[in-house]
Amino acid sequence: MQIEASALALERGGRIIFTNLGFSLSDGQALVVTGPNGAGKSSLLRALAGLLPFAAGRIAVTPGGSGLSEHSHYVGHADALKPSLTVYENLEFWAALLGRADTPPADPVVQIEMALARLGLARIADLPAAYLSAGQKRRAALARLLAVRRPLWLLDEPATALDAASQKVLAEVMLAHLADGGMIIAATHAPLGLPARELVLGGTNGGAA
Amino acid sequence: MSKSRPSALAALLVRELRITRRIGGAASMGVVFFLCLVAITPFAIGPDLKLLARVGPAILWIAALLSTLLGLDRLFQADHDDGSLDLLFLAQTPLELVVLVKCLAHWLMTGLPLVAASPVFGLMLGLTPHALGAVALSLLVGTPALTLIGAIGAGLTVSLRRGGLLLSILVLPISVPVLIFGVAAASAEPGGIVPFMTPFLILCGLTLVAVALTPFATAAALRHGAE
Repeated sequence: MQIEASALALERGGRIIFTNLGFSLSDGQALVVTGPNGAGKSSLLRALAGLLPFAAGRIAVTPGGSGLSEHSHYVGHADALKPSLTVYENLEFWAALLGRADTPPADPVVQIEMALARLGLARIADLPAAYLSAGQKRRAALARLLAVRRPLWLLDEPATALDAASQKVLAEVMLAHLADGGMIIAATHAPLGLPARELVLGGTNGGAA
Repeated sequence: MSKSRPSALAALLVRELRITRRIGGAASMGVVFFLCLVAITPFAIGPDLKLLARVGPAILWIAALLSTLLGLDRLFQADHDDGSLDLLFLAQTPLELVVLVKCLAHWLMTGLPLVAASPVFGLMLGLTPHALGAVALSLLVGTPALTLIGAIGAGLTVSLRRGGLLLSILVLPISVPVLIFGVAAASAEPGGIVPFMTPFLILCGLTLVAVALTPFATAAALRHGAE
């Protein structure tokens, strides 16, 4: 899969956040979006996920598809966990809902358990998500990435609240995804340990002002 | 394609029912509110049994309408607050179907208990056995329409902190047709001027129209709200 974005512009609340942004990304590549607070990193990721409209520009996906949203995993600031459901039930639901019809997993249950084990959540899988710490919640959100395979990962500050060991696991998981031919676009302030190109927002368009 | 969709929607239904059951009280709260409204009516109107029996179906319907609206503001707001709504947009399943399934789950947990409780509460208002059946039957086919219409309001007010009151203001005027035909069917007497079937069939029609149209309106409201 190849993504070619050109002349993207985004507007929030009547204010132009960035204009004339372009990048290209193909299988196995990662893009790290950096920039000061308010430069539009989160907005860019949300727009790429199809949650916000771009004011201008175009994104070409080859082989042609129906936009990026169905190919994307989005991990935002909110962890999308229901406090009354257990970690396993939360993940099971998202696996069923985000699963793609054309690439069905061989065994969804094995896939979910593998995802939980990889992120060190196997022991607390039966615990309601309400009792999780911030870092555990973040890991449960990241487990979605492994429970269902989608080629493009849109990660907004994925390492927030993670301890050093979990950050290392996250880096390994992301590297494995790239090695497997996946793509990652991540907004971050902290280095993620990825061989990635950098897209700096807010440098030329007036920055955070 | 057709293989994944039922399982995704079934998973959504299971999740919604689980959440409502575990939160506990959320489902029964509507019924208790319903009971409160019905119980205070004789205090307001007076203990005239004939009068109560005549206005009873209307009171039960108004109580059902208000009880349905009571919990609807959280229908999408909870998902909006914890980020789940964003991910629902990313699913292959059309948002319209997601909306429909969420409404179904909400109706199963709040509308259906109201229908089941209505004959018991009707006794408190001195309704005849025939009227008890008519009220229950009209609520059974009418409350889904109330939930579906209310869902439009829930979609429009999804990002508002205190959207419950605004939701009621938006939704109550659109619910008037359902109320008119619901009460007409519920208070039809055997051998009366208005037969039962005419308003009842119109009520069925309103619910079917609501099933067909409101998911599109609600999904459009949610998409707009996501920006």
